[in-house]
Amino acid sequence: MENINTEEIKSLIQKWKGKDGNLVMILHEIQNRYGYVPRPVSLEVSKETGIPLARIYEVITFYNYFELCPPAKHTISVCMGTACYLKGAPELLEEIETLLHVQEGQSTEDGQFHVNVVRCLGCCGLAPVVSIDGKIFGKVKKSEIMEILSRYTHEENNVKV
Amino acid sequence: MVKRIVLIKDTAATGPDTTRDFYNRFLDGIREHKLLDEIMVVRAADLGYYGHGLVVKIMPNNIVYHNVQNTDIERIIKSTIEKNQILDDLILNEKPKQIKVALRNCGLIDPENINDYIAHDGYKALSNVLLEFTPEKVIDELKKSGLRGRGGAGYPTWMKWKACRASRSNPKYIICNADEGDPGAYMDRSILEGDPYSIIEGMMIAAYAVGASKGYFYIRAEYPLAVQRIDEALTKCREVGLLGENILDSKFSFDIDIRLGAGAFVCGEETALMASIEGKRGTPHPRPPYPTGSGLWGQPTVINNVETLANVPYILCYGGDNFAKIGTNSSKGTKVFAVTGKIKNSGLVEVPMGIPLKEIIYDICGGTISGKDVKAVQTGGPSGGVIPNKNLDVLVDYDNLQKMGSIMGSGGMIVMDTDDCMVDIAKFYLGFCVEESCGKCAPCRIGGFQILQILNRITEGKGKIEDLATLKRIAVSMQKASLCGLGQNAPNPVVSTLNYFEEEYKEHIINKRCRAGKCVALLTYTIIQEKCKKCALCFTNCPVKAISGNRETGYKIDQSLCTKCGKCKEVCKFKAVSKE
Repeated sequence: MENINTEEIKSLIQKWKGKDGNLVMILHEIQNRYGYVPRPVSLEVSKETGIPLARIYEVITFYNYFELCPPAKHTISVCMGTACYLKGAPELLEEIETLLHVQEGQSTEDGQFHVNVVRCLGCCGLAPVVSIDGKIFGKVKKSEIMEILSRYTHEENNVKV
Repeated sequence: MVKRIVLIKDTAATGPDTTRDFYNRFLDGIREHKLLDEIMVVRAADLGYYGHGLVVKIMPNNIVYHNVQNTDIERIIKSTIEKNQILDDLILNEKPKQIKVALRNCGLIDPENINDYIAHDGYKALSNVLLEFTPEKVIDELKKSGLRGRGGAGYPTWMKWKACRASRSNPKYIICNADEGDPGAYMDRSILEGDPYSIIEGMMIAAYAVGASKGYFYIRAEYPLAVQRIDEALTKCREVGLLGENILDSKFSFDIDIRLGAGAFVCGEETALMASIEGKRGTPHPRPPYPTGSGLWGQPTVINNVETLANVPYILCYGGDNFAKIGTNSSKGTKVFAVTGKIKNSGLVEVPMGIPLKEIIYDICGGTISGKDVKAVQTGGPSGGVIPNKNLDVLVDYDNLQKMGSIMGSGGMIVMDTDDCMVDIAKFYLGFCVEESCGKCAPCRIGGFQILQILNRITEGKGKIEDLATLKRIAVSMQKASLCGLGQNAPNPVVSTLNYFEEEYKEHIINKRCRAGKCVALLTYTIIQEKCKKCALCFTNCPVKAISGNRETGYKIDQSLCTKCGKCKEVCKFKAVSKE
């Protein structure tokens, strides 16, 4: 885990200090900075804001957006919104799971890919949609998955697919 | 500088799409006349006209030509574009099926430019209101317009505002609910990204009417562009004095902040949403007290949906009576729908209330992609229900959809064809609600889980006929006893599919058959010997070696080994593998 810079956290918190109902927004700042909410940072937030750690965890675990584990290098999100579901998203997910030997919600052993399912990316006209690191791939066919993934593995040349 | 925009679209129902070809010719014409700097030619995705051949729309004059031929290009450029003369033989006077009110500025203005918004009657409504209207008169105008909440429940907006105005406690809050979580719907996103100022103006008018001093945008974190656009728009408004103290030299002061959602569907429910803004877990609490009396931090609060707020400036600018001319008796104005699923032209449509559902599906969106029959249309997302093919002539408004056992909802409209299994779709929505249930109340937490288990059993071929009665019983208790809208409406997809497609459930249970071929456990793959050319492709590709035989005797599938992956059907070049 990377080093936690106390000063940086303080400045993130400072932005929202004194505003009502700021906890969710502070957690957003942290999630965006680290890609997850590390426990030492939560402790720091608790110290700075006076909000008990239990309450912070209560909020983190409620919302899907906040993660407690560090993210993989690339995040693959398979959209399971209704439009994508009808147009074959489950098959895409299955293909990705088979190719990467992981289940939904898990990361590959080498920490390169994390596969998750999202509810709706709001581009239903392009269904089925897969997004990798925020880049949207629309109207994806099962047969194209291998090629799309290989674009990300070839960058590093060290990932088994 | 671009002075005019020419929009081009081939609207013919049949034949290949000639838009691109015509576009190139038109562009050549413009180039020949050296007008490239003044005219922008755009291939439009949709113009709201259908079956009129090539349509050319010239903005801002709003001239529409139909059935345009390649030979007409020269004439159009010479007379209409250069001399502003209208060609009578090409002009189209038909009213388009779509009417743009909430989406009036989307795609037309530059969403990052406040001046562009002001040039399109932006803030006209607000300045009218601040100078000439009392808050009571604003609410009156809203009452005349008959505007109802576009977030789903359809509660009259003026009643909400009036109740909040009547509350004595101060400060009061306005919240814009931009937590669009319904899978398959993206109307609010388009307005947030395409016309952020109109929502802000709507919130300001609401604030003036109820006497609020502070507003919040609650936006999903999954919409980063929307957040960015709104944030920039708010900054701009503060710079020019449209937010802050004494707006437009009146006594009215108001400011707006953004709060982000964090991926919880239940936060679209108003009491849960407020808990989330307060920085807590987004769990709902019982109503009453209603937010208009005791909402955010216990203060009176009005919560309106994005689309509702985008309608407000229009009403105050052009009059409530004018708005009320659109729509039906009980439902006024227009509604934006996101039509997706197995539909040919998937996209956003804005139609007047009371339009037959059939017209949306066939005339505007062109029917199914596959050309197969529409089996059902699902409206209202996970809280809604299905409308079967035989009822497609229903007139779309709040009350009619409710009578059909569905709801208007926020505007998701999913079209399903005969390849979709109704039990599977019910299971999909239930799965969504079970995952998104916050777990606070037992009917939703336990009831949803039980229904999902039963549906799972049915799709796996292990269902019992008594299950149907059990499903109905659990559904009723969830509807009656759940704390918030999520739990109360979660069983709707099950109830409505059971209502219209009970046979399909029974087929799954009794005949162990899924007529749509969706439920994997109920499928059998077999090789049709008459069509089989004994090429061995399926044999070599089967991942579990369930296919046996050789090139002389032919091949067959061992059902006890088959995992129903479908690989054999996929690779067969002779369509000799059947799936049923």
